[in-house]
Amino acid sequence: MTMTFADALLYSLLGIAVVFFALILLILIICIMNLFRKKEEKAAPAAAPAAAAPAVVAEPEYAPGTAGELKLYDTDERVAAMLMAIVADELGAPLNELRFKSIRELK
Amino acid sequence: MENMLNTLSTLWETSGFYMMAADWRQLVMIVLACVLLYMGLVKKFEPLLLVGIAFGMLLTNLPGSEMYHPELWDAYIAGEITLTGIIHEGGLLDILYIGVKSGLYPSLIFMGVGAMTDFGPLIANPKSLLLGAAAQLGIFAAFLMAIGIFGFEPNVAASIGIIGGADGPTAIWLTSQLAPDYLAPIAIAAYSYMALIPLIQPPVMKLLTTKEEREIKMEQLRPVSKTEKVLFPIIVTIFVCLLLPSVAPLLGCLMLGNLFKESGLTDRLSDTAQNAMMNIVTIFLSTSVGATAVYYRFLTPQTIFIIVLGLIAFEFATVGGLLLGKLMCVITKGKINPLIGSAGVSAVPMAARVSQMVGQKANPSNFLLMHAMGPNVAGVIGSAVAAGFLLAVFGG
Repeated sequence: MTMTFADALLYSLLGIAVVFFALILLILIICIMNLFRKKEEKAAPAAAPAAAAPAVVAEPEYAPGTAGELKLYDTDERVAAMLMAIVADELGAPLNELRFKSIRELK
Repeated sequence: MENMLNTLSTLWETSGFYMMAADWRQLVMIVLACVLLYMGLVKKFEPLLLVGIAFGMLLTNLPGSEMYHPELWDAYIAGEITLTGIIHEGGLLDILYIGVKSGLYPSLIFMGVGAMTDFGPLIANPKSLLLGAAAQLGIFAAFLMAIGIFGFEPNVAASIGIIGGADGPTAIWLTSQLAPDYLAPIAIAAYSYMALIPLIQPPVMKLLTTKEEREIKMEQLRPVSKTEKVLFPIIVTIFVCLLLPSVAPLLGCLMLGNLFKESGLTDRLSDTAQNAMMNIVTIFLSTSVGATAVYYRFLTPQTIFIIVLGLIAFEFATVGGLLLGKLMCVITKGKINPLIGSAGVSAVPMAARVSQMVGQKANPSNFLLMHAMGPNVAGVIGSAVAAGFLLAVFGG
């Protein structure tokens, strides 16, 4: 099968048009997604105060000596407990006198 | 004594050295394979793929190795033999090549690519999709030249054009369907030029942009929520595959890999897709693609034409992205640096790095990398769409 240059030119124009059409379609979809995101963001501050009130009531009671919640990133509780015990041992201080804010695994 | 001489004579006549004397072109291919191995191993040109391709090329051209039989695949295309027949009669590389012919390997590679890709910069700046589309100009420019100047048949011209997509798996996927005889030169051209992007693009980028344009600093991109990142692969798959069903294997796998990554619930699958699976498939893909470079099909003037057209395709792709980048720069009154347009040629992340490098040379405080990643990943989608179009038109 052979093709004339004029036909090839037409196919090329059609091809680039299809590529643009598909990607412009994606732009529109992303813009619509963005609109929803903005609406959600606007709605969020209004809902926040309402949510804040029960949060105060629901605050848990900590055991004596507890110094807040520890945040773990990519670290399981078992490893975190081990690390805290090692630090306490190395410092020669009881665990309830130390305050750990977060533990993060360095990759 | 006579028996011994006969045995020695038979051994000599069945050796590759004896057979090579019958056709000097096999020796040329062995030398060429060694040159490609040198480029991959010493010059570090896309070594992960080029080493496998070069070694496949070496194996297939060793006389008497019988690892790949192009005539079996011709018979398969003509409907004279089934895949079972190829498994029975073929060599090791014939069996591996089934994954290329069926489009399995390029699709699985795309799954790994998806698992490694962050579409965040694209979602944050959707206009960059236009740059990814404009950079597909190279595909169609090379297609036109292949037909108009070199007289290739349309299916071969389409496969040559896809080199301009600067995306190896897409080029292999389309060529294995449209013009399997030309798979080796097209794959080699695609991967070689992708490795040479830091040399190919900067002269064109400097030629088409002014120093003031290259110095433009772009605003920081907005943060993208997890919901947007999870929804993106699902929505793209639905809409693009409905528009062009022929692109579903490639784009579907790309987006599935990305969903594995972004969902946060399938970390093990994401890890497997981007590491173990990707590595295994790369080995199979590269060696079997290299194996198609059989001397009597590879050493032809067409191979040289393909290499030339591949370079033209890359340059036109860069020009397409840059010109639209310039236009967007004018429309936005200097908010877009046109250099990010050249990253639309795909070749992730090399093309984006080149945009960053050239931009930083003009203005050392310029950081274009994240902005260039948008057009860069848009180029992957754009080239897949272009391949789907070409397959739909010339695949019948």
